[in-house]
Amino acid sequence: MSRPLNDPSAGALAGAAGEGAGGPLSAGGGPLPWRLRPSLGGGGRLGSIGASVLGRGMLGIYLSVLVLLPIAALLAQASHGGSASFWREISTPQAVAALKLTLVASAIVVALNAFFGTLIAWVLVRDEFPGKRIVGALIDLPFALPTIVAGVVLLALYGKGSPLGIDITFTRTAVGMALLFVTLPFVVRSVQPVLLELDRTMEEAAASLGAGELTVFRRIVLPNLAPAIASGIALSFARAVGEFGSIVLISGNLPFKTEVGSVYIFSQIQDENLPGAAAVSVLLLLCALLVLGTLTLLSRRWSRHVR
Amino acid sequence: MSASALPHSTQLDAGRRSDDGAPAARAGARRLLVRVVALGYLALLLLAPVAMIFYRTFEHGLGAVWSAATAPNAEHAFWLSIELVAIAVPLNTIFGIGVALLLERGRFRGKALLSLMIDLPFAISPIVVGLALVLVYGRTGWFGNWLATHGIEVIFSVPGMVLATAFVSLPFVARETIPVLRELGTDAEQAAATLGASSWQTFRRITLPAIRWGVVYGVVLTTARALGEFGAVSVVSGRIEGKTLSLPLYVQDRFENFDSTGAYTAAVVLALLALATLLAMNLLARRANKASGANTPTPAGGRRPPIKNPKHASAGPAEVTI
Repeated sequence: MSRPLNDPSAGALAGAAGEGAGGPLSAGGGPLPWRLRPSLGGGGRLGSIGASVLGRGMLGIYLSVLVLLPIAALLAQASHGGSASFWREISTPQAVAALKLTLVASAIVVALNAFFGTLIAWVLVRDEFPGKRIVGALIDLPFALPTIVAGVVLLALYGKGSPLGIDITFTRTAVGMALLFVTLPFVVRSVQPVLLELDRTMEEAAASLGAGELTVFRRIVLPNLAPAIASGIALSFARAVGEFGSIVLISGNLPFKTEVGSVYIFSQIQDENLPGAAAVSVLLLLCALLVLGTLTLLSRRWSRHVR
Repeated sequence: MSASALPHSTQLDAGRRSDDGAPAARAGARRLLVRVVALGYLALLLLAPVAMIFYRTFEHGLGAVWSAATAPNAEHAFWLSIELVAIAVPLNTIFGIGVALLLERGRFRGKALLSLMIDLPFAISPIVVGLALVLVYGRTGWFGNWLATHGIEVIFSVPGMVLATAFVSLPFVARETIPVLRELGTDAEQAAATLGASSWQTFRRITLPAIRWGVVYGVVLTTARALGEFGAVSVVSGRIEGKTLSLPLYVQDRFENFDSTGAYTAAVVLALLALATLLAMNLLARRANKASGANTPTPAGGRRPPIKNPKHASAGPAEVTI
């Protein structure tokens, strides 16, 4: 889970940094005396900073105050009234409508992402056109842009008084559009490095055996990209399920129509229905983790299978 | 068979080299179609809307933008956002480096669990983060009574916003530092240790210089996220104008008050900061790319000043005998 959760844009950097650093240090088997004795220098080993009781304690306190206690409180609140009350809270008609919209919209968005993300990654790696580097850099814009600004940006072009004559405000299309915007980089950034490293000789061999470009893509390229696409999908889905900022302005948050799960939770908090908010939160969290876990496992298995 | 194969392979190989023959022409057309679809999608979803926001902001002239940007509440929101960043980012940086060291260099049980915990903020909806904080630090929360009797306000006030900001931007530094630490290996650190360096010396003179670009990259990501956080902060802030409205919250506030110039202006400020972040990310990635070879402390590293220790002051690692 830790690997794909890593910001995909980071992979490129880490990989790039690694290529250089890997040389002298991790090349394995240099004739250096201390290489033979891994246990050497235990007292001065860096681990001892992180491992010092004080350091560990402070890290633990920070993590607890910030993350662990709040999550524990959330779980406690959600399970407070037992399974009956949990069920009651997540099965109110408004909650069901919100959850359904969230999951369906996320599924559609993720499917579109898989297609367009792969396409964009392909164009960025295999195609040449002027301005390619700028386009490549702009892919990360939705990561850098605050979510509320993402909403405003979409409103500026597709809202009231749109120069295109399209007004999607307060529709489900708006929800989908906002989700597409904020999840755009995930698939692109996970497919791009794999495509870059892909050995072209396989494709050339297939082509020389008479396979057309489409066949080569379908039979050779796509299976190699599948793990990366899957992990991009997983990240997109987890993000889409919890998205709030980009949706809140453009969707109008109409219950039963454009209200997504996170907005429903927000409204429950405002109404001081904390048990309801907590129950739906836990359910959304479980959905995200389930998809993330499943696809990460699948992706790992495929990549082992292919390589 | 080989006659029809030739155009294909040249097509794959040399991209746009003009090659007569129907298959090559068809492949070229397909390539163009793919490019147009991909770039068109990006233009419609990303570029045109972002360009449009700049147009919308300035359509009523510079004067309107200036007065919107200098409105007291706007200025307050800006400085509050800076304050949140100034507290949350250093905390998360120290935490991130510490956890990265712990995960990569320490030996203890529950490592996988800790790694999972660090990633949690990526998987949790910002709204849920806000709710979780309310459940602990809110009026009816676990610590609600205790905090109230001691007169400490967390929720609906700045400390809560700091917590929310720190929560959502927690993983970046650790996640950027861990792979660099892993690549670095422990050889140079062990060498320093054998030369008598204390663990702090080793960290400062060997490890930190080697991981610095990873850390800086993480800091940039943390800052961007902290500056733009909306959902989690919106739950815990209470949205008191001129008091607990950070810049992203101010954007929403202006929108809901039908002050579109105010909203667009604040949004453009945030967008410009995001573009600066993007630029920084790209420059750093290039820099790290270039620097990683040269700046990695090599065991024989002549570039690195020897560790100050009277006994081994002049001993290069290669001369160490064990």
